[in-house]
Amino acid sequence: MKTVLRLFTALALVAVLFIAGLIWIPVSRTPASEALPADWAPEPGAGEYAMRAGDCMACHTAEGGADFAGGRAIHSPLGTIYTANITPDPETGIGGWTLDQFRAALVDGLSADGSHLYPAMPYENYRLLTEGDIRALHTYFMEEVQPVRIDVPEPDLPFPFNQRWGIRALNWLILTHDSGFNGIMGDKVLDRGQYLVEGPGHCAACHSPRTAYMGQDGITADQPAFLTGGYIDGQQAPALRGPGSVIRDWPTPELTAFLATGRNFAATANGEMGLVVEHSLQYLTDADIIAMARFLKALDGQPHDPPEMTVPRGPLARPAAQADARGEATARMLTESSPDMPLGARVFMDNCAQCHFVTGRGSPEIFPALQDNSLVLSDEITPLVSIILWGATVEGTAQRPMPLVMQGYEARLSDDDIAALTSFLREAWGNDAAPVSPEAVRDIRDDGPPEARQDDGALMD
Amino acid sequence: MARQDPKKEVVIVGLGWTGAIMGMELAEEGLEILALERGPDRRTVPEMKYPEMIDELSQGERHKMMQRPSQSTITIRRDLHETALPMRKWGSFLLGNGVGGSGVHWNGQNWRPQPVEMGLRSYVTDRWGAAIIPEDMTIGDYPVTYDNLEPFFDRFEYVAGISGIAGNLNGEIREGGNPFEGWRSRDYPMPALPVTYNGAKFAEAARAMGYHPFPRPGGNASTSYVNEYGMQMGACNFCGFCERYGCYQYSKSSPQTTILAALFRKPNFSYRTGAEVLRVEMAADGLTATGVTYFDEDTGEEVFQPADIVILAAYQIENVRLMLISGIGQPYDPATGKGVTGKNYGYQITGSTSMFFRDEHFNPFVGSGINGVCIDDFGMNAIDFGAEGFIGGAYISSAQTNGQPIRSMPLPENTPEWGAGWKSAIAEWYGHEMSISHHASVMSYRGHYCDLDPTYRDRHGRPLMRITFDWHPNELRLNAFLQEKIEALARTMQPDLMKSSYKDFDSRYDVRPYQTTHNTGGAIMSQTPEGGPLNRYLQAWDKHNVFVTGAGAFVQNTQYNPTGLVGGLAYWAADAIRRQYLRNPGPLV
Repeated sequence: MKTVLRLFTALALVAVLFIAGLIWIPVSRTPASEALPADWAPEPGAGEYAMRAGDCMACHTAEGGADFAGGRAIHSPLGTIYTANITPDPETGIGGWTLDQFRAALVDGLSADGSHLYPAMPYENYRLLTEGDIRALHTYFMEEVQPVRIDVPEPDLPFPFNQRWGIRALNWLILTHDSGFNGIMGDKVLDRGQYLVEGPGHCAACHSPRTAYMGQDGITADQPAFLTGGYIDGQQAPALRGPGSVIRDWPTPELTAFLATGRNFAATANGEMGLVVEHSLQYLTDADIIAMARFLKALDGQPHDPPEMTVPRGPLARPAAQADARGEATARMLTESSPDMPLGARVFMDNCAQCHFVTGRGSPEIFPALQDNSLVLSDEITPLVSIILWGATVEGTAQRPMPLVMQGYEARLSDDDIAALTSFLREAWGNDAAPVSPEAVRDIRDDGPPEARQDDGALMD
Repeated sequence: MARQDPKKEVVIVGLGWTGAIMGMELAEEGLEILALERGPDRRTVPEMKYPEMIDELSQGERHKMMQRPSQSTITIRRDLHETALPMRKWGSFLLGNGVGGSGVHWNGQNWRPQPVEMGLRSYVTDRWGAAIIPEDMTIGDYPVTYDNLEPFFDRFEYVAGISGIAGNLNGEIREGGNPFEGWRSRDYPMPALPVTYNGAKFAEAARAMGYHPFPRPGGNASTSYVNEYGMQMGACNFCGFCERYGCYQYSKSSPQTTILAALFRKPNFSYRTGAEVLRVEMAADGLTATGVTYFDEDTGEEVFQPADIVILAAYQIENVRLMLISGIGQPYDPATGKGVTGKNYGYQITGSTSMFFRDEHFNPFVGSGINGVCIDDFGMNAIDFGAEGFIGGAYISSAQTNGQPIRSMPLPENTPEWGAGWKSAIAEWYGHEMSISHHASVMSYRGHYCDLDPTYRDRHGRPLMRITFDWHPNELRLNAFLQEKIEALARTMQPDLMKSSYKDFDSRYDVRPYQTTHNTGGAIMSQTPEGGPLNRYLQAWDKHNVFVTGAGAFVQNTQYNPTGLVGGLAYWAADAIRRQYLRNPGPLV
């Protein structure tokens, strides 16, 4: 008994010391990954471009808020946190942060005072940024961004997740890779693509799976799980390589069109990916978009001939596709429109077929195909049901300025209708995914539209 | 006390087709532009969303998209001796309102005029002598030729996204297109849409008679389309709700689908809705405009908007009224033939024959705004005016645009209009009818014109536009000629029953039934300041910084739907402003 007690006391002591260490032992900051000349200065515009490539604005700007002033709610299964004010305001933002402090935020997930950032900040990926981009970003945020004085709300997390020292232990597990970029593709253009995808683009943050302790499983291109599919905020981020790759059947020019404009021959960028196109990808050069697309195709072992441009200029007429062998039976059933066809098919004919067509293949660049559509087939049914209820918008870009807005059917379709419709979509044209129940639709409807959930308390005056 | 807003370089009155075109072209020059639109904003979603948009009662019958007569209406009389009375419910034509203007609620039928229509007076005089032109007919030559305009027709068709088959490619006549059309430098941007059964049946009968059928060209997309601005349309699915409706699925060409989102990205362009322009303001010397005064619906106040260039891009009727109210051009006087503003008001004349086939099914609910097959064998350039005794022409077509239950229930003659007899006739005949109709030119006449009504005023106290118009024997003879041709063609198709609906020689203009929203003239372009208020670049002769777009510029109406010429003229005028006027502001002629 005594031995047990002594052992217990010893273990408790170790734990206390460990936690005390986590809390009080000063953190160390990773030094620059390369030495730049003393007189090094970023090219004009390089910082803003790196900011676009890194998609900083999407997360660090609240709906209707000032650019980079933070306050956007990030939902996790553990609770809600709010993104930081990264304007150069000295009180509430990052004003006065030295280059070393700024770099540490990107590569070590450390705030200026040494406290740990929540891993919603993709420092696992920004760890791969070049020193040149880090310095360009530092210059940009300190000198080109307008300071905004605004406090963002405290995180809404239960104990122990509100204890930031816990993140330190996590970082020991997830930040095992070197900082800086290491190109492995053996080609200048493909290496550039690899850099943009791995580092600033932080694609793995959504498109790689997560480990048991919630780190990214596959941060760099040499890791087998890299970009094999993950989840983000209740949405499936499909695999970009391997057998389930959604882009495997996309010729490289269709991938570049998707990245640059959020639309291509078969798909549109919805939800989180729509935001990435809106805030980040549409601002990248044609050369960089092409490099990213070629890298992704090369990584998947597919042909990756360079297209001349990201997306062809108009005028351009592209016929809608006919039903293929897998979709023919559904197309025929819908065309015949027998009065006794199942409810889901009927709801589709009365509401959806005008744009998505009986072929299920839509019309290029404007009405996405529903056959083989990753969002239709996803295990996460919320995005699909949510789009049917409240619609969706693919924002316009410079090359394709028209916002593609799908209307919502909240007022027109019942839970039973939508359950029947989604179940139909998930098995039509050769699709193969589980049916959806009216109860599941009801729950999603009760939760309200995604924007409403996004805006909860995110703005403080 | 009126508010005054900061000066703009360009102010555009009306944000429909030509306002959007002018906005885009001048925004490319880096000018600071403000467009003022009287009506509300209109986007595909939410304003045109399904199924609210395709409510025939509110949209089709009660004209929810249109200008409200209480906002402003027009008065009509048929000759100089009648007292004009205000229209209190739209009928003969439907005036648009809101962003996109009539470009939102049109069918999408898009044509170019024939080369001979652009130089009509010379064509008639050269062929048959001036003596065949009736004494009161005031037709003229446009001060611009078909060849001048060809690149601009082409530009508009490629921006608007027109489906069709070229019949005359650089002078080479091509199978399947309209062999009577003017030359085009390249094919349409999209292939023609498939046609419904009525069209196929009509084409077969027309071919058997030696005519040359072709699918109607127009702005209903047959494929996915991306235009020069990156704007997009998706392939049309024949929902049957085009005219009187906004397209809820991005398939009809409109400013919304082809220009506006690209224009709204321009930092130097902005627009206001609920901004009804009341008058153009003039400099003290009267030689230039200084801007416009508009009524701001939000604040209920008058606002003076100064500008270097004023572009009147409202509908023909409102453009001409603003010119008359503001003193742009001398008002036209039908007694003396002097004056220019309001002169040569034009319209179009239509007629049709319904055919009922007991054993055939036409599925009329399958339709699109341009759906149908046409022949142009009785067009302007194919008729011997001297022999026939009229000047004019038409295209003949079998359309199937919709099977809407309130207004599209054609029934044989002597059917009761309500009750059990009507019901059983509907049950018997719905879906068993197809029709052939003509769409014909109307010439200009000394007594057909626009002026300010002496009695009736709008809510701002401004006089309403008064239109004086009636059918002229010339058009009634053309109409009778076409009736004979159509009925002969229809009889070869051996319907069980036939019903014709044409004006007779006693017919007078009736504003109640819908005919066409193809009102033209009143602000005509002319070779000389005595001929019309605008020069060949749509520039006001007497106010060089005022340009007036739209069908008001038509010297006389053509036999076709006007949008192709309206769009072509807008790009033509924009080109002149960009290349000449901005460098050297002043009269371009």
